[in-house]
Amino acid sequence: MTAARALLDIKGVETYYGNIRALSGVDVAVNEGEIVALIGANGAGKSTLMMTIFGTPRARRGTITFAGTDITDLPTHEIARLRIAQSPEGRRIFPRMTVMENLQMGASLDNLKYYDEDVEKVFTLFPRLKERIAQRGGTLSGGEQQMLSIGRALMARPKLLLLDEPSLGLAPLIVKQIFDAIRELNRTQGLTVFLVEQNAFGALKLATRGYVMVNGVVTMSGTGKDLLANPEVRAAYLEGGRH
Amino acid sequence: MQYFVQQMVNGLTLGSIYGLIAIGYTMVYGIIGMINFAHGDIFMLGAFIALIVFLILSSIFVSVHVVLFLLVMMVVAMVMTSLYNWTIEKVAYRPLRGSFRLAPLITAIGMSIALSNFVQVTQGPRNKPIPPMVSTVYNVNGISISLKQIIIVVVTVALLALFWYLVNKTSLGRAQRACEQDRKMAALLGIDVDRTISITFVMGAALAAVAGTLFLMYYGVVAFSDGFVPGVKAFTAAVLGGIGSLPGAMLGGLMIGFIESMWSAYFSIDYKDVAAFSILAIVLIFLPSGILGRPEVEKV
Repeated sequence: MTAARALLDIKGVETYYGNIRALSGVDVAVNEGEIVALIGANGAGKSTLMMTIFGTPRARRGTITFAGTDITDLPTHEIARLRIAQSPEGRRIFPRMTVMENLQMGASLDNLKYYDEDVEKVFTLFPRLKERIAQRGGTLSGGEQQMLSIGRALMARPKLLLLDEPSLGLAPLIVKQIFDAIRELNRTQGLTVFLVEQNAFGALKLATRGYVMVNGVVTMSGTGKDLLANPEVRAAYLEGGRH
Repeated sequence: MQYFVQQMVNGLTLGSIYGLIAIGYTMVYGIIGMINFAHGDIFMLGAFIALIVFLILSSIFVSVHVVLFLLVMMVVAMVMTSLYNWTIEKVAYRPLRGSFRLAPLITAIGMSIALSNFVQVTQGPRNKPIPPMVSTVYNVNGISISLKQIIIVVVTVALLALFWYLVNKTSLGRAQRACEQDRKMAALLGIDVDRTISITFVMGAALAAVAGTLFLMYYGVVAFSDGFVPGVKAFTAAVLGGIGSLPGAMLGGLMIGFIESMWSAYFSIDYKDVAAFSILAIVLIFLPSGILGRPEVEKV
């Protein structure tokens, strides 16, 4: 792994909520063209890391570099403008906007310049959204909201896509569909993806590399295959938890 | 019947002015959840700036078309008032964002006092009259409708249409609504939240300035203390219509206008404010989030 050339390079990051330390010295690197999975139990700090990349909350120590730019202290919206998009924890759909407006919000970086073109791609990925286009975000089902959240992130034409639990609350068939879509985007467009998952099996199968996080510390890393075969990982995250 | 319709016309005029001010309250509340108590004084400031522009214009030009006069007054008032509100937000409210909820509220009350005292000191405490700008009155079936009233209603309708377009059809409006619903997510999508909030204050101030100009034209007089009562009434209108809702603000404004003019016509004029506020209290008992407001539970 050539850390110097990593697209996203997180070094020694510590994040606090008040006085409570949520991340302690996290090192993660995501190289261009990779799918990297971060797995771990509830409350391990996975989502905190995702949000720390966007500076909300801010890392108290350590540095975060994206494509050679130090983004540790950049305002959140400027980090987004470097083309990092996120489908965050809880999906955060704008509840009183229509599906279309939510997608338009995703495309606001380019002021809707590529909206027509990109929205078709999103609809190919998630045809369901097309049927729901005029419906308000808050009235969608959980799965539909998840699709919309990912679709909205894709509308930003990201160089790096952050996905926080894309499989959460979805039927296995839809999870497969979403994972297939991620793989497809990665393969055909070289989209770099960093995803957080509790569905460790699916995530590690999908990922080029993976990290395991426990209590705000990265305890293990390796290729997706290695981690899948690792007995500790199997015992803690896979056996019995496999869907 | 004639009398009733006459009062309707008066109520509509008054309600339009309240509605324009109420939109500023409701927008700011929608986006940062704060009642900007200085907004009434922003309205008063708008009226004063319009007054100053009027005095300057009328000392230079002897006879200019009155519409042109009004237009210049309005535009200058809008620009200057927006500048004031933009600065106030930046200096007084922004540093307190993320602080406890009461802090910006108290600051807003302080800002309100500061503004009215500033005008009192610089412009003097007395009422400032202007000669009537528009005095034409039409008589339709025994109902007198003044040109002033027509101007007020037409300007309000035109502004509301423009405003509706801005909020619902432009990327700026979309960003504003996004910030209103989920500020953090809006930032994750590259929206500059601080800038969007600033623009919201500017838009609210511009509408208040128009209301101030219309107020000056209608009553022909303004005083430093005139921000308070119309401000409180417009705030009431915003709450009555459902705070956070733009159509609600306008509806609330019209309702307060109607209640006031009807009450003054059929009952006692001294009790018109009592009537307006009592109806607010009654409505809130049955509809705690106002007429068009949405219940708080929708927060996801």
